[in-house]
Amino acid sequence: MTTPLPTAGAAGATPLLELRDLTVSFGSVAALSRVSLQLDGGQVCCVLGENGSGKSTLVALLSGLLRHGEGELLVAGRPVRFRSPGQARAQGIATVWPDLAIAPLMSVWRNFFLGAEPTRGVWPLRRLDVATAQQVTVRAMARVGVAGLDPDQAASGLQAGERQSLAIARALHFGARVLVIDEPTTPMTLSQRGLVLQSVVTARDEGLAVVFVTHSPQYAHLVGDRFLLLARGRVAGNLTRDDVDADDLTRLVAGGDELSRLTATLRRAAPGR
Amino acid sequence: MNAGLPTFRAPSPAPPARPTGRRLLDSLLARPSAAAVVGLLVALLVFGLRAPGLLTSGGLATVLDVAALLGIGAVAIAMLLVGGQFDLSIGVVAVFSSLVTAVLVSQVGLPIWPALAVSLLVALAVGAVNGLLVVATGLPSFLVTVATFLVLEGGALALASAAAGSSRVSGLDGAAGWSSAEWVFDATVQIGDGRFRISLLWWVVATVLTTWQLWRTRFGNAVFATGGAGQAARELGVPVARTTVLLFLGTATAGWLIGTIGLVRLGGVQVAPTLGTEIEFLVVAVIGGCLLTGGYGSTLGASLGALLYAVAREGITRAGGDLYWFQAFLGMLLLVALLANGLVRRRLGTVPRS
Repeated sequence: MTTPLPTAGAAGATPLLELRDLTVSFGSVAALSRVSLQLDGGQVCCVLGENGSGKSTLVALLSGLLRHGEGELLVAGRPVRFRSPGQARAQGIATVWPDLAIAPLMSVWRNFFLGAEPTRGVWPLRRLDVATAQQVTVRAMARVGVAGLDPDQAASGLQAGERQSLAIARALHFGARVLVIDEPTTPMTLSQRGLVLQSVVTARDEGLAVVFVTHSPQYAHLVGDRFLLLARGRVAGNLTRDDVDADDLTRLVAGGDELSRLTATLRRAAPGR
Repeated sequence: MNAGLPTFRAPSPAPPARPTGRRLLDSLLARPSAAAVVGLLVALLVFGLRAPGLLTSGGLATVLDVAALLGIGAVAIAMLLVGGQFDLSIGVVAVFSSLVTAVLVSQVGLPIWPALAVSLLVALAVGAVNGLLVVATGLPSFLVTVATFLVLEGGALALASAAAGSSRVSGLDGAAGWSSAEWVFDATVQIGDGRFRISLLWWVVATVLTTWQLWRTRFGNAVFATGGAGQAARELGVPVARTTVLLFLGTATAGWLIGTIGLVRLGGVQVAPTLGTEIEFLVVAVIGGCLLTGGYGSTLGASLGALLYAVAREGITRAGGDLYWFQAFLGMLLLVALLANGLVRRRLGTVPRS
């Protein structure tokens, strides 16, 4: 990557997204435990870790599906507590879900605006603004490289790549400040990965803070400025691009010696877990 | 390896152009009500020729009356099916709420309108219980509403025999405000030799309102998403639980309306232990193109299905056939509708797992 690192984190500036000692628990089990992170606009944070390490919990928290217990979640310096995905979206945080969150039997434009439909008219007659919704959908899809799409066709008729584009275009449209991308666990084709990486870069260049949950250290190193390694709900490593090269990162994520040693140290630090 | 990034683009080759005829077929098939329209045309053709007097104003009045009462319920059930749930208790809600009205009028001495208001609240409470149980437990709505069905049916029979000593409560037409209730729920207009009832108007209003809701409001979008892709709906912040409960309130209201129309027409209530009407609503909604798996369907289709049902029933009667044949016919119709819906589903394309 030849792009210089953005210097948005200059002295005094508040980070766009900040997690302070944040804990999410299901009953007595902590899915995330004292996780901290600072992320500026124009930066990409890659979240890496094994299955069950808390990656999905982090995504669910940022997108408003889950609420945190202790700790603080701050967006542009203001503490927030989302009670629904709608509230997260209203704060400019949008998510690309691993299942893409697409209703196959609904049309493309209905999918695009699902949960945040534009309306016109006053209450008893308040109705969907179909024309606007369709235009915006077509424009947003063209922005991610899918041109000439019929917004009225069912989402089930889209090719896999187009469905991915739809999910990304939607998140780019609604995510004004923070974009959360959770990659599917199933293998993706090269072009699908390309779409995802392209969207990460696009969002970063537009000044968004990007949280990129991925399974591939190589791809992560390609686009990431920071790397948050999770293990058993704890931060196993919070590295910057200068700290590691792609090979180190791979070894760390692949459960190599470093990670095992790290985990062992952590266990010793908190016995009884 | 780094230099390659900016060239990543969505692979969007032009889709292979389909022949026009095939596209037309696709867009016709994609309409949920296609099967009902075809069925209705066939039934009108067959019975119009074979059943004397079906297409006169007298015959039409009968057909439309049957279709209206069935249609009101089918429209509500269709909404619920699109939302991915089913309500087996709608028929018994009709009986139970009208029984509540009848008891309040005949035993407590309330005027008809307050009694109707109370019974509407009772019906809504049943709907709320159904909806909240389904949402809170995640149990199949079929099971939850079977339980409600049994409770209400037993309750209705017990209440009727306690209040009136039999399964029949009658003689309500002396209640205060009865004539205005009659005007709202059982007004008729004579056209030719057919008496057209106001239930027809209620049915049309229900169909138009729900069609608009389904296709042109945020609520409708939420219904489609809740039934078709619950997980996606939750992830995007669609109020899945609220939508489900509202849909159950909708079927309860429809049940109350059907019960009230029957009550005002008869001037009383007859409680009979039956589990039949719910199945008819379901059959009619499926004929109208609703998928049992949720997320797809239309209330206009359900109304057309109700019309088809009524035409076939009245047609078989007028042609001198046995009504048992009607049941067999209905079963075959359901089968055809199910197969047609499966075809539609395949045409629309199943979702590849990727």
